[in-house]
Amino acid sequence: MTDETNHKHFSEYPLDAERRAFLKIGLKITGVLAGGSILSLVSTINKAYSLDLFREKYPYKPHYAMVLRQDRCIDCEKCMKACIETNHVPDYGWRTRILKRELPAALDQKWEFIPILCNQCNNPPCVRTCPTTATYKDKTNGIVQMNNKKCIGCKSCIMACPYDARYYNEEKGAIDKCDFCFESRLSKGITIPACVEACPSDVRIFGDLSDPSSRVFQLVHQLQRPVWVLRQEIGAKPNIFYMKG
Amino acid sequence: MADSGKERFLPHITSAFQRILSGGWIYLLFVGLFGILLLIGIGAGIHALFIAGSRHAYATSREIPVAILIATYVFFVVASTGLCLVSSLGHVFGLENFLPLAKRCVYLAIITILSGFLVIGLEIENPFRMAIYNVMSPNFSSNIWWMGTLYGFAVVFLTIEFILLFNEAHHHKAVIAGFLGVITEVAANSNLGGVFAMMHGRPYWYGPYFPVYFILSALITGCAFILFFFFLAHKAVNKKPFMETTQTALKAVSKLTLLLMAVMMIFTAWKVLTTSVGSPAAATALSVLTDGPYSFNFWTIEILVGMVIPFILILASRCRNLTVMFIAAVMMIFSLFFTRLDMVVVGQIVPQYFELGVVEYPKLHAYSPSVHEILVVLGGISFCLLAFLLGEKVFSGFADSPQTDIRKEETKDVAGAEELT
Repeated sequence: MTDETNHKHFSEYPLDAERRAFLKIGLKITGVLAGGSILSLVSTINKAYSLDLFREKYPYKPHYAMVLRQDRCIDCEKCMKACIETNHVPDYGWRTRILKRELPAALDQKWEFIPILCNQCNNPPCVRTCPTTATYKDKTNGIVQMNNKKCIGCKSCIMACPYDARYYNEEKGAIDKCDFCFESRLSKGITIPACVEACPSDVRIFGDLSDPSSRVFQLVHQLQRPVWVLRQEIGAKPNIFYMKG
Repeated sequence: MADSGKERFLPHITSAFQRILSGGWIYLLFVGLFGILLLIGIGAGIHALFIAGSRHAYATSREIPVAILIATYVFFVVASTGLCLVSSLGHVFGLENFLPLAKRCVYLAIITILSGFLVIGLEIENPFRMAIYNVMSPNFSSNIWWMGTLYGFAVVFLTIEFILLFNEAHHHKAVIAGFLGVITEVAANSNLGGVFAMMHGRPYWYGPYFPVYFILSALITGCAFILFFFFLAHKAVNKKPFMETTQTALKAVSKLTLLLMAVMMIFTAWKVLTTSVGSPAAATALSVLTDGPYSFNFWTIEILVGMVIPFILILASRCRNLTVMFIAAVMMIFSLFFTRLDMVVVGQIVPQYFELGVVEYPKLHAYSPSVHEILVVLGGISFCLLAFLLGEKVFSGFADSPQTDIRKEETKDVAGAEELT
């Protein structure tokens, strides 16, 4: 072995050539990492809409949405029962439910009821995280749906959902969630979900947000009464709107 | 053909088997113990998924859908990335001090990934569908897809590298395989961080912190695993004194550990500080760690046992006393397991509608593992330890590493050269 080789292996400081080679490798690794990260973001670009864009333009036709007139809810739970019967929801799961908030300081009713369900988000965290596209945003109507046979049961969509709208259904061997009754009703020509039909006090209003003549469009676009969404700060762009009055 | 294959491999298999049997009764006792725990773990997982149903057997729920099993998976695959990265400093990037670590580290990187795969395979509800639809229906925007696919490739590259490392004639190819292994491991690890970091519905996880943190944490875990397993291999399994080159390598690793731990302490401090003034959901999750039900885990296990004491121990040993470094490594590994568990659980512990103040979610969620889950975790850990014990005998303590031999020869040459000068 020559002295030069020995020097190459045992010099306390690396030679310039070695240093350059090492840095090159570092740059390559960085390049690969950055490339991989960018690549994994590519397909989210089309799905992301700025808030203003979302307000003015609806990307689906029909763009199904629901308005919940919260103060009209009397917690009769008929919507929940209709959902369970229509979609065969097991006793350990739910697709829609009514949350109760106590307001001791209120002058009139001391309780407020807040119906919740899948928000059919325009920027759905569940769809982005699903490794096998088992859950997807329907390209036509924007409903977040399930393809059960592709579901591997990793439950990452449950983790990702900001609205607690998903659960693992043992019988289906897949995640189950509200699909606005697409499978059980809309796809069969019925125009409204079971919960909407069952509600006796017209809390739930369902329709096409892209159609100016629909009730949901008119309620969302009127200016007299405030309209809000839950957890807006998450940025999931939900299609379930809340209002009072 | 079959006969020639039999003739070729049978003597190797027989001699490997004999080496295992000659390990002594304590060695065989542990082999048997880990073997039994592994079988029990697999049995518990299969029972949970296919007979009892995970809803009954695992303590996960709609509110906390993933917990200790995913934490164990994260623990192992992050360790694998760390082992791969630290060992690659020598045999891929050419840092002389790290060369003697190559073979055992690559082997450990493989078995830790497989341990992780074993545990996640017993966690995912439909593992068979995963094999099909990961390929047939990939979602390129899913970090889980990238993470799983890249770790899959990493196993392949590392296995090829490991085989090539046994033959000095293929050293160059081994470096290429090692390089590909490192890239896939780091990308997979970063995407694993991304799985949590991209969840904008979970403010505690969301943000660029975790993908970076995971790479740093991987390096620390890798160092701890190296100090732990090299010590065990030499002192307990093979009962051979350390070669000087290996000692030098382990000292280099412990120095690296000190540096990385200092960085980790700064990272952790800033994560705590920034989150404490952030979104209410993230701040509430953090308070669970710093001042709530997980505060013992955080302050005592994560900070004291996992960082402060090992840092002081390694520093006090001046990176020389391998026994002290081993004790530090044991503490770090124990702590890192809980660090993973805390990270996974605390990220989900705040109910999604907590801020609404509704009666359905009056307090934070709670999680404690079920017997099935604990058995699966023990099964995963046992697989890792069993594979380590068997590997030490099957591959003769990785003593005939070409790198080590070359290094020895070169050391002689240098000594000669120095004498000459």
